[in-house]
Amino acid sequence: MKVYLGVDVGSVSTNMAVTNINGEVLESLYIRTIGQPVKAVQDGLKKLGEKIGKDAEIMGVGTTGSARNLTSVLVGADVVKNEITAHAVAVSRIVPGAQTILEIGGQDSKIIIMRDGVVTDFAMNTVCAAGTGSFLDQQASRLNIPIEKFGELALKSQNPVRIAGRCAVFAESDMVHKQQLGHCTEDIVAGLCEALVRNYLNNVGKGKEILEPVVFQGGVAANIGIKVAFEKSLKKELTIPENFGVMGAIGCCYLAMEATLEKPTKFKGWEASEFSFRPTSFECKGCPNHCEVIQVYENDKIVARWGDRCGKWSNASVDK
Amino acid sequence: MKIAFPIMGNSYIAFKQLIKEMGHEPVVEPMISAKTMSLGVAYSPEFACIPFKILLGSYLEAIEKGAEVIITSGGHGPCRAGYYGILHQKIIQDLGYDTKVVVFDSFTRNIGDYIRKLNWLLTQGKTSWWKFYKGLQKVWLKIKVLDELEILSHNIRPYEINKGETTKVYKKCLELVDETKNKSQILEAKDACIKMLKNISQDRSRKPLKIGVVGEIYVLIEPFANLDIQATLGEMGVYTERSMYLAHWLRENSNKSHHEKDVIEAAQPYLREKIGGHGINSIGETIMYAKRGFDGIIQMAPFSCIPEIVAKGILPRISQDNGIPVMTVFLDEQTGKAGLETRLEAFADLLKQRRDGRLLKAY
Repeated sequence: MKVYLGVDVGSVSTNMAVTNINGEVLESLYIRTIGQPVKAVQDGLKKLGEKIGKDAEIMGVGTTGSARNLTSVLVGADVVKNEITAHAVAVSRIVPGAQTILEIGGQDSKIIIMRDGVVTDFAMNTVCAAGTGSFLDQQASRLNIPIEKFGELALKSQNPVRIAGRCAVFAESDMVHKQQLGHCTEDIVAGLCEALVRNYLNNVGKGKEILEPVVFQGGVAANIGIKVAFEKSLKKELTIPENFGVMGAIGCCYLAMEATLEKPTKFKGWEASEFSFRPTSFECKGCPNHCEVIQVYENDKIVARWGDRCGKWSNASVDK
Repeated sequence: MKIAFPIMGNSYIAFKQLIKEMGHEPVVEPMISAKTMSLGVAYSPEFACIPFKILLGSYLEAIEKGAEVIITSGGHGPCRAGYYGILHQKIIQDLGYDTKVVVFDSFTRNIGDYIRKLNWLLTQGKTSWWKFYKGLQKVWLKIKVLDELEILSHNIRPYEINKGETTKVYKKCLELVDETKNKSQILEAKDACIKMLKNISQDRSRKPLKIGVVGEIYVLIEPFANLDIQATLGEMGVYTERSMYLAHWLRENSNKSHHEKDVIEAAQPYLREKIGGHGINSIGETIMYAKRGFDGIIQMAPFSCIPEIVAKGILPRISQDNGIPVMTVFLDEQTGKAGLETRLEAFADLLKQRRDGRLLKAY
């Protein structure tokens, strides 16, 4: 069976997806990155390899997410793409005709506007993380509620409290304040959902024309409380795709499919999960910029370098 | 005297000579680096903009190297930059240095003040006005040559076959120009550099996207402040033009060019008032790039820059009316290159999709 692999390594989670040549999702995987992208990717590869490695032939690999360059070295990627394009590609095929994509991940949130099947505008959060999954995660653990239960609990609220959502730190102190006043947990949880949505729409979504169909994806789409808060605020219905959490990875599969039309894949094989990858860094003293150069060792060979402004290191030939 | 000046892009090469022509010793090194930035941030008001912080940092580094006088330009209109020279002076004083900051406002504004300050510098350097006038012509030529070479490098980069080669050759060009002393040497270096740049192996069959870069003058011109956006885009295969070069700016401020008039006229339907800094330019230039068939616009603005914030508020309408996507990038000491690269990549993808009318080649 011929398949494509997509890997999306973000700040909080590492997602993988495998599709067949018709673009149908066969397998997907969601692992916490826990600050160790190399380990997360290798663990993921191992798990996928055990599940489908025997009868699947990888035809192409794509990577995205904030660790996309590192990941591309680890797995041998055919295409390395930014998250915006990867998400848009996935949606255009899974929800044809979608005009707006709301995507909320661990540490970034974005809005993508699509018209006639192409991206016409996008925005990402810049200076604030109050509208992201990490914020909810943190508050859930403060309230001692498993994040999985967060959404359901919010739905039980009759009277959501208003929480200042401008900044994660102020939101937290405001939330504590509301707790001390005696509001019940459901109302506070629902208030947090509304604060996040308000913050998202006022920051990332500012000035964007949100037209239906609206697709909601990213890890936070698992939270029914947020979905309802969005629908209430936008007065529009949201579509949540089946594989909402791994849409970036799925987009990479499609991108990989295109990238390998005329050439063979660079995939390193499932064995790559056993290679010893060691990223190291050093400060280049060549000029006053003092760039922090990252180099990645595969076993004992340097396979990639980046981080320098001038290209002295990244352009230097590395042993292949 | 040992004299330092604001470092902004490649202009230091010309200003170095200017100081020498006045009979003084220029303090240039070190160039702007992470250390400059940390120094500037440490001693600046938090809400000052990034040009202020970078300049303060570079002044403090120059003072360590013995600078006795710092020459800088003023500003006009409702932008804080006009006040920055004075504030820099106060901070430098508070830190216990007696280095003097001499601010030159546009001479069309206060010609007496301008001449008085210049006269003082020349007297101190034991240089006659005539000698200075001759020197100034060389400096002006150098500035124009430097701008010309930079523009050429940006034109060639998206076509280069070996990624990074243009940047390398351009660096060599700067060194060549830096070594020149008189008019014939400057012109000789210019010809040699143009030849070197044109000799870079290129693939002219490419059809690069065209992006116009507009915004505040300092972050447009100084690559350290804008995370080298033009070279980054160029190496991604995008052709860029930017709205501001030093030679243009000097010409505008000495009433020698009428480009600014056109820009302000173009902005009229959206903004009839000069709002300080280069706010109205960002509006007008965007419209002019759109009319010239550019694929997209990137606005570069220092975080908290009011003129650019006002311009940003107007840009979505221009974008809609002219059918040209606009992306704004705010820059401060917190801006990371990785985040910027993701956005640039996504923006270029968006423009490409628009141009080709589809998301991907495959379907």
